[in-house]
Amino acid sequence: MKLNERSLAFYATCDSPADNSGFLYKRGERHTAYHRRWFVLKGNMLFYFEERESREPVGVIVLEGCNVELCDSAEGFAFAIRFGGTKSRTYVLAAESQAAMESWVKSLSRASFDYMRLVVRELEKQLQDMRLGLAGGCGGSWKPKPPGLEQSRERLPALPAIPPKENGCAVWDNVVGAEQPPDTSGCGGHDEDGSPRPPPLPPRRRVSNSEATSAMAESPSTFCRLHEQYSREVARLRQDWQQRQRGPRP
Amino acid sequence: MRYNERELLSLARQPAEKAAEIRMRVPKKGSVLKKRLVKLVVNFLFYFRTDEAEPIGALLLEHCRITKEEENVFSISFIEEPERKYCFECATEEQCQEWVEALKRASYEFLRRSLIFYRNEIQKMTGKDPLEQYGISEEARFQLGTHRQ
Repeated sequence: MKLNERSLAFYATCDSPADNSGFLYKRGERHTAYHRRWFVLKGNMLFYFEERESREPVGVIVLEGCNVELCDSAEGFAFAIRFGGTKSRTYVLAAESQAAMESWVKSLSRASFDYMRLVVRELEKQLQDMRLGLAGGCGGSWKPKPPGLEQSRERLPALPAIPPKENGCAVWDNVVGAEQPPDTSGCGGHDEDGSPRPPPLPPRRRVSNSEATSAMAESPSTFCRLHEQYSREVARLRQDWQQRQRGPRP
Repeated sequence: MRYNERELLSLARQPAEKAAEIRMRVPKKGSVLKKRLVKLVVNFLFYFRTDEAEPIGALLLEHCRITKEEENVFSISFIEEPERKYCFECATEEQCQEWVEALKRASYEFLRRSLIFYRNEIQKMTGKDPLEQYGISEEARFQLGTHRQ
């Protein structure tokens, strides 16, 4: 299967923010020797370089759908990235300190696109609820509203629908070939008079199949449950690790 | 560049945000429009020969530009090589617009910016950080502004 490798390499090395970076030991696939590599996590892609200064990654691990676990290893501070399939390879990595290990486990556990999408949907809903609350008065009774706020029952008012000019690049200059330093306001591009534009709302997923529906159920409880799950997972991993430290060594 | 192909193939089999048969042309000399099954899953665009189970290829949709070209046509190009365009010819103008909108929102970086925007707005309105209750306020990926290594 072809992959747009040049673009991937660019994504890995450009100055867009990394969600984590640092040296990790990576266990080889066939040989169990560990190799020290420079890792860069961006979004749901975990890139690894031979050296910190290398201009191109040696490889990338697509993290969507993975599980992160601690594992037994003489190396210490080791953890594994596992996938669901029967023949899937498990990536065993080892950090150089407990703090680094915990930091990586946390950031890798939350690296999926799906997770990010859930958080965004949740905040979008919160914001919408707040704005409706402001516009519509309280509880069940319908109070007369000021004329300006009347129009939006279904949509968020006053969010201009300016589509981003470039996917993932609204903070960068849209001039072809030129690259500007990222915008420090942190969100969206700028219009002509320089005021920040918010990105348009992510689309609501159409109800296409049951799996999608349940995952995309826009109730706070689903999101909270998922969050609980993640927190428990991370807490359990941490506890696990601490117990191993205290317990008898083989 | 090495990558976990098995997992990517597995991702290609997941339910798609959007899928359709669209004529596609890759930015290679002499290439022509060919009918492909095009499938958007998270921030990947997979493309298949219409009768095959395994994709021919995948495009990671980060730092790319989605451009509406002539009628029914849009293109995807990447910021470091803007002249190299993947062209897609849809059946209708409506379908074309739908794909353009969907693809513009399909990057992780777009989601990140949306999140930062909403977080900021909520914080301005309530004075509270909405991520605090989930214990993720300090996560690097949710921070306002850029942070360099």
